[in-house]
Amino acid sequence: MRKTDWRIIAGTALVGLVCLLWLFVSGSLIWAALEDNERAAAVAAIGPRIALLFLMWAGSLIAVWVVLGYLVRHFMTAPARLLENAQVLLGTDVKRKLVPDGSPENKKLTELINQLVDQRESLREEMDQRVQEASRNTELEKNRLAALMSELTQSVVVCNLDGRILLYNNRARTQFRALSKAPSVAGGVELIGLGRSIYSVFDRKLVAHALENIQHRLQRGAAMPSAQFVTTTQAGQLLRVQMTPVRAVQMPVEGSDDAPTQTNELTGFVLMLDNITRDFEDDSEKDRVLYSLTEGSRAAIANAQAAVEVLEYPDLEPEMRERLLSVVRDEIHALGKRIEEMQTSSANTLRSRWPLEEMHGADLIEAVTRRIEAALPVKAEADQVDSSLWLKVESFSLLQALVHLAGKLQAECQVQAVQLRLQSNGQRACLDMLWSPLGEGTKAVIGWEMEQIKVGTETMSLTVQDVLTRHSGDSWVEREVETGRAFFRLLLPLAAPQEELSSDTYLRSESRPEYYDFDLFKSSEHSRSLDDSLLTQLTYTVFDTEATGLNPAGGDETIQIGAVRIVNNKLLHHEFFEQLIDPKRPIPPETIPIHGITPEMVKGQPTIESVLPAFHTFTQETVLVAHNAAFDMRCFQVKEQATGVVFDHPVLDTLLLSAVIHPNQESHRLEAIAERFNVNIIGRHTAMGDAIVTAEIFMKMIPLLAEKGIHTLGEARAAAQKTFYARLKY
Amino acid sequence: MSAKVLIADDEQNILISLEFLMKREGYQVRVAHDGQEAVDAVAQEKPHLMLLDAMMPKKTGFEVCQEIRSNPDNADIIILMLTAKGRDTDMAKGMALGANAYMVKPFSTKELAQKVRELLGAAA
Repeated sequence: MRKTDWRIIAGTALVGLVCLLWLFVSGSLIWAALEDNERAAAVAAIGPRIALLFLMWAGSLIAVWVVLGYLVRHFMTAPARLLENAQVLLGTDVKRKLVPDGSPENKKLTELINQLVDQRESLREEMDQRVQEASRNTELEKNRLAALMSELTQSVVVCNLDGRILLYNNRARTQFRALSKAPSVAGGVELIGLGRSIYSVFDRKLVAHALENIQHRLQRGAAMPSAQFVTTTQAGQLLRVQMTPVRAVQMPVEGSDDAPTQTNELTGFVLMLDNITRDFEDDSEKDRVLYSLTEGSRAAIANAQAAVEVLEYPDLEPEMRERLLSVVRDEIHALGKRIEEMQTSSANTLRSRWPLEEMHGADLIEAVTRRIEAALPVKAEADQVDSSLWLKVESFSLLQALVHLAGKLQAECQVQAVQLRLQSNGQRACLDMLWSPLGEGTKAVIGWEMEQIKVGTETMSLTVQDVLTRHSGDSWVEREVETGRAFFRLLLPLAAPQEELSSDTYLRSESRPEYYDFDLFKSSEHSRSLDDSLLTQLTYTVFDTEATGLNPAGGDETIQIGAVRIVNNKLLHHEFFEQLIDPKRPIPPETIPIHGITPEMVKGQPTIESVLPAFHTFTQETVLVAHNAAFDMRCFQVKEQATGVVFDHPVLDTLLLSAVIHPNQESHRLEAIAERFNVNIIGRHTAMGDAIVTAEIFMKMIPLLAEKGIHTLGEARAAAQKTFYARLKY
Repeated sequence: MSAKVLIADDEQNILISLEFLMKREGYQVRVAHDGQEAVDAVAQEKPHLMLLDAMMPKKTGFEVCQEIRSNPDNADIIILMLTAKGRDTDMAKGMALGANAYMVKPFSTKELAQKVRELLGAAA
């Protein structure tokens, strides 16, 4: 039943009342005008038929009801319905034609709305098309960049400001293999990978220092705001790194034709790596040869020359003459031999020095004082600084050297304050670190420059002298007679003063290729604790192990680990970890059909002591996922003492998660789940095969968990804990 | 009394000539074959002038120079450094550490004798 509109009731009631009133007033007026006899006649005539009069009144009210109903429907309900329909169209994407209804005006309005909806639809389609086109272009640019990067012979790694790797090329991958401490085990994948931290390879302070330099240069409006540094890796390799900033892009004001411009705000950096270990060794060899040719020859020639000149004295004893002649013969013979040696030497390649970069002297002094005060309880301040000087330096190692010297002064000579001075001696810059010696002198510090540089707990493989030699400089200790202060003097090469280019020159120079447009740098690190992180945003290592049996505490050993990574909801098939392990015990023959690993296969493979640390590095900063993870984690735990690594990562178990999603299923074995999720099983019962199946299952579980209201890691772990299976223990 | 000259060089081949030359110039000559020997020789008998080679075993010429100069009694010893290192940094270092003059190998013996005469003459 349709509800009666209150307006119709009210309207009809109003008309009824008015009629009644009109009837009563008219009746009263007529009554007042009548004579007494006429009144009696009227009462006699109407009195018995008064009911008819009211019937007529009621009858007319029905007509009023009908007419009012029509009017309300026609002029009021139809626009109201139109309003509702239009609101639906506005709020949703529903595409439909409204049926014209009601008054002609209302009908016209309906048609107008229909036209607007059509217009909106065509606009939307156009926009979709453009978005698709744009993303196609982006994809194209991405592919072009990827192709270009993979062809490059230089390793390139792109990171965001948190040091997370966003992009790397094939060359970088091979290079990182050389940096790996366990190259036979992990082959470098434990170091490089999307989303991994570059700080596992490079010292965070080193990168921060380079970034700081770049920032300084940007602020000064430098033409080439890049920085270089040389570093030794844990594996003892020497790397030369060039860092180029990736800057935020400012979109032009709408309507103007300007291209987007770069701002000074950094969003990340590009690292180009060169392994110069080999160059460095070549270099040392070249140095040796060069030395023997120049300085060695100088001495020999001096000997011969002196002898020849003495020979010219007429009054020489015959014995002395013979001795001098033999000196000449001796030296000439030695020189000939040396030249021959030079020729056969292989060191003919071009000389490669450390990359020295040009740096404003005052900036360097400022950095030195800051670094010393940050690292040591020593007050450092600038003395006289010639601010017109520009130096050619490798600032990181130089800073390390100075901090090292200041540290030794503090530790061994109780020096509380040092001053830094920079001046020029004409050909070179003299960087002096001055202090006031407590005791009799500078004897105690002699020879310090030959010791290996130590900063904090780290020891570099270089000495202060090495650093200076690399700068074609030198260093020594001297004492100022007038003030009694002692100082280390570091002679450093000068650079021509730089013109301070305005940043416009660079920004408009368009030296940067266009394929930098795509937005790699959006994903920034969220500092929330992992438990609050969304399951869709985490990085996972999904792994599986094979073992000699089911009792890790009772002597069963892991014989294979396979693992893949899930980053940004994508399974990275090429960033995998697969390793056989020598269990140092027999493999029970009855288990061989299950895992397919024979004793011959594990012979000569690394042992768990070297594999687990590499795997630990591979899993750094990820969430571990495994099917029946409790077993694998127990295997790792048993080895904690032997390997020294603790797997304290958050862990998710696909077995438990399956029980959360399908509590009524009987089996939560991997095969059964794979069947339910329609995941193909390939190479089942190798660690790698199972890891991939587990990963694919896990990725399908994430949306199903979300349907159950489980969105974060913490929620998933809590839900898994509550299942029946979680109560089983190994 | 003639001036005492100490020649410190590890190369026998140049010691022969230098010793002959200095003796012929009329000086009392003593030789040392490495850095330590040079320091000991100075401690035993203070020379007026030293011909000091920069590159020697045990102690380099720079170290010898610094050690000798650290004793105020030795302030008047004239040190002439002889070195095969021709770089300006070495020269700056030698002079900074207390050498009075610096000659780069190879040198002419006449110039050397002249230089020694000058240095001793200036000191006298």
